[in-house]
Amino acid sequence: MEERIEYEKIPAEKFRFVQENEKLHDKELQTKARGFFADAMIRFGKNKSSVIAAWILLALVVFSILSPIISQYSIWDKDPMYLNYAPYVPSVAKMGIGILDGASVYNSQNDAQLYYWRGIAEETGMDPIIRTVREHETVTRHRGKDVVRTTLDIEINNYYAMGILYRTLTYSEFEEIQKWQNETGIQVIFPYVEQKDIEGITDNPNLWYRVDSRGVAIPDENGDLVPVYSTRTEMQGKPYNSIRIPSDPGNYIYSFAKSGALQCRILYYNYYIYKNGHEPSYIMGTNAVGQDIFCGIGVGARFSILFAIFVSAINLTIGAIYGSLQGYYGGWVDMLLDRISDILSGVPFVVVTTLFQLHLAKRVGVVPSFLFAFVLTGWIGMAALTRRQFYRFKGQEFILAARTLGASDKRLMFKHIFPNGIGSIITSCALVIPGVIGSETSMTYLGIVDLSAFAGTTIGTLLSQGNAAVTTSPHAVLYPSIFLGLLMICFNLFGNGLRDAFNPSTRGVDD
Amino acid sequence: MVKYALQRIVYMFFVFMIISFMSFVLIRMLPLPALAPNDPHTTILEIRREALGYNKPYLEQFWIFIKGIVTKWDWGTSEKLFIGRDVWGVFVEKLPASMIVNLYSILWTIPVGIALGVLAALKKNTWVDYTISTLTMVVISVPSFVYAFLIQYILCFKLRWFPFVMKGGTDYFSWAMFKSIVPPILALSFGVIAGFCRTTRAELTEVLTSEFMLLARTKGLTKTQATVRHALRNCFVVVVPAIFGEFIGIIGGSLIIENIFSIPGVGNLTINAIRATDYNVFMLSTCFYTAIGLAAGLVVDISYGFIDPRIRMGSKK
Repeated sequence: MEERIEYEKIPAEKFRFVQENEKLHDKELQTKARGFFADAMIRFGKNKSSVIAAWILLALVVFSILSPIISQYSIWDKDPMYLNYAPYVPSVAKMGIGILDGASVYNSQNDAQLYYWRGIAEETGMDPIIRTVREHETVTRHRGKDVVRTTLDIEINNYYAMGILYRTLTYSEFEEIQKWQNETGIQVIFPYVEQKDIEGITDNPNLWYRVDSRGVAIPDENGDLVPVYSTRTEMQGKPYNSIRIPSDPGNYIYSFAKSGALQCRILYYNYYIYKNGHEPSYIMGTNAVGQDIFCGIGVGARFSILFAIFVSAINLTIGAIYGSLQGYYGGWVDMLLDRISDILSGVPFVVVTTLFQLHLAKRVGVVPSFLFAFVLTGWIGMAALTRRQFYRFKGQEFILAARTLGASDKRLMFKHIFPNGIGSIITSCALVIPGVIGSETSMTYLGIVDLSAFAGTTIGTLLSQGNAAVTTSPHAVLYPSIFLGLLMICFNLFGNGLRDAFNPSTRGVDD
Repeated sequence: MVKYALQRIVYMFFVFMIISFMSFVLIRMLPLPALAPNDPHTTILEIRREALGYNKPYLEQFWIFIKGIVTKWDWGTSEKLFIGRDVWGVFVEKLPASMIVNLYSILWTIPVGIALGVLAALKKNTWVDYTISTLTMVVISVPSFVYAFLIQYILCFKLRWFPFVMKGGTDYFSWAMFKSIVPPILALSFGVIAGFCRTTRAELTEVLTSEFMLLARTKGLTKTQATVRHALRNCFVVVVPAIFGEFIGIIGGSLIIENIFSIPGVGNLTINAIRATDYNVFMLSTCFYTAIGLAAGLVVDISYGFIDPRIRMGSKK
């Protein structure tokens, strides 16, 4: 039980000064000061989807930087033969797990075609058939009898299926390839077959066996293919001292004289190794001009992102200055500038791009004229935004105070009003970037702007090349699409997150 | 209000004239496409060029151009794509194809978009809202041609439900034609649905939290009554002008979608004109797209005033 205190009558000796011997001053703040940006970043961090988007975005940017470096190919390497070929990595393909094996499905293959694949497999040792997907049995009536025909849908390794090509080599090339063959043990040149022995067929170098006039194999009684390699040594262009095929009795010729040069049958897969020093290996396949898509996406995205950032920066600057002038001075300046931006914003973007390309592309280059097209109308949104911010702040007391203290117009605009509106201005920039990427992709897709000479390729170009062959090689349009889709989604989510973080009051409201 | 509308129309007309003049001069400044020698058309085209005043000052050329349009509705002659044909005739042929695709797409997407938006707003902060909002976000970010590829590959190639490209001919309301334009309609639809869904959701969420809604509830309206009579009507102040704007846009078509699905519409015509440097066609396309853009803005502005008595923009200023 405590002693009861009578508050009305506290004796004087019980009182003492709170700070008799201390200095009286404010305590220093113990917590760390948190600025506007730090605050926004903390709010941004709470928005899970935006954070994830930011990480994916980072990954995509890293991809676009690294993929041209990692890839064995540069964007200027255009293979003349492997066009629109499916993804293929030799080491993975050999594991036979059904991915990256350069496969595409060939429908309704009959016996004649099976012999053709077998021909390639027997001659080159590379079997193009990966597996049978489906069997169809069709019953047709043929001369009064029901005949059952079996056709197969099979997966074919396109890289092996190319097989052998005719190539006209110079004498020295022929010698070099032989030398290379002896060193590495990889056979490029295969015995020559004269066209008179394969029923005069000139456009199918993969035939090395007895065929009928349609190019269908005529096997012997055991069902084996009958070789018809040429043995006319007098027609041989140059003696051959290198690897011969196992069944060669020693008198097959490997080249055919052709007016100062040699025509040969070369195995393209091995010829590719001879030319490039490695096997063909395209993680995402090749496109319609023989570029590596893996590298192409990186190169295209790199250009797109850099270009978009550059355009946004320019538009931000112009728009901010223009909008500041409009918003700060108001009145007739505002009206006049508004009319100008009204007119410019009325011009359709495709028209601006086209006219700039037609007029300026030859004089200042394709990229600068494309940039001008974006800059001509791109700043208008930014200007309108800045103008709104200026109208919001310019009537407030702190501006009046600054003006009373003698601040100049310039100081008022850029030291007092602009920093207050910078949050929404910056965040709209994050949403401008995906817009620019989208328009840039559309224009290059449509072929109005051709950037392939400058940038190598762009996502839009990749898409339009892929779209032409969407049925036979869907990969060529699939990977760029996925990349572009992800990039756009992430940029938008990231931008939205930023906007919410900088303007907590407008959270959830889309303007 | 009528005065305000008239003011806007006159103003838009001036903007249109200025833009057309600028584009006209820029197009005429380009080197003329060479005509094929020894072609009977060449002589005619040269006479046409002479009559259009190709070697006179640009202002005079523009005057001749405008005079031709006003007096004879003469937009010039195609010099590359459809040699010797009247540009307007070609253009009018291409209009229905663009319009039909866009019309179908808008007819079903706007109701769906608004319905989804309303649903998301009413179920705010539930999984329904989160799902719809996230999907909207994703769908609106991805460019329409990515959907076009997906649709073309899956629906047209793998499943073989629809043909690859739009059917030829002019039987725009036949079943075969409808079937052949389903893919482009779908490709165009996603973006529109997402756009309307987002606008509706944002607007309705704001209206639902406003104080007159509380008043409506306190005076005894049920939640449905309050939502339908007060919230929805107020949210349509923003949504309806957007619908009008969208409807103006249908005649414009879409450049990329028309290109992918080979729709013989104005978008495709424009791209072909640019590729073939057929400047008279391009000039008409330019005027057309400018007019559509301006008209859409105008309709949106004016309809705001008509729908919402609080917004009489002309009277405020």
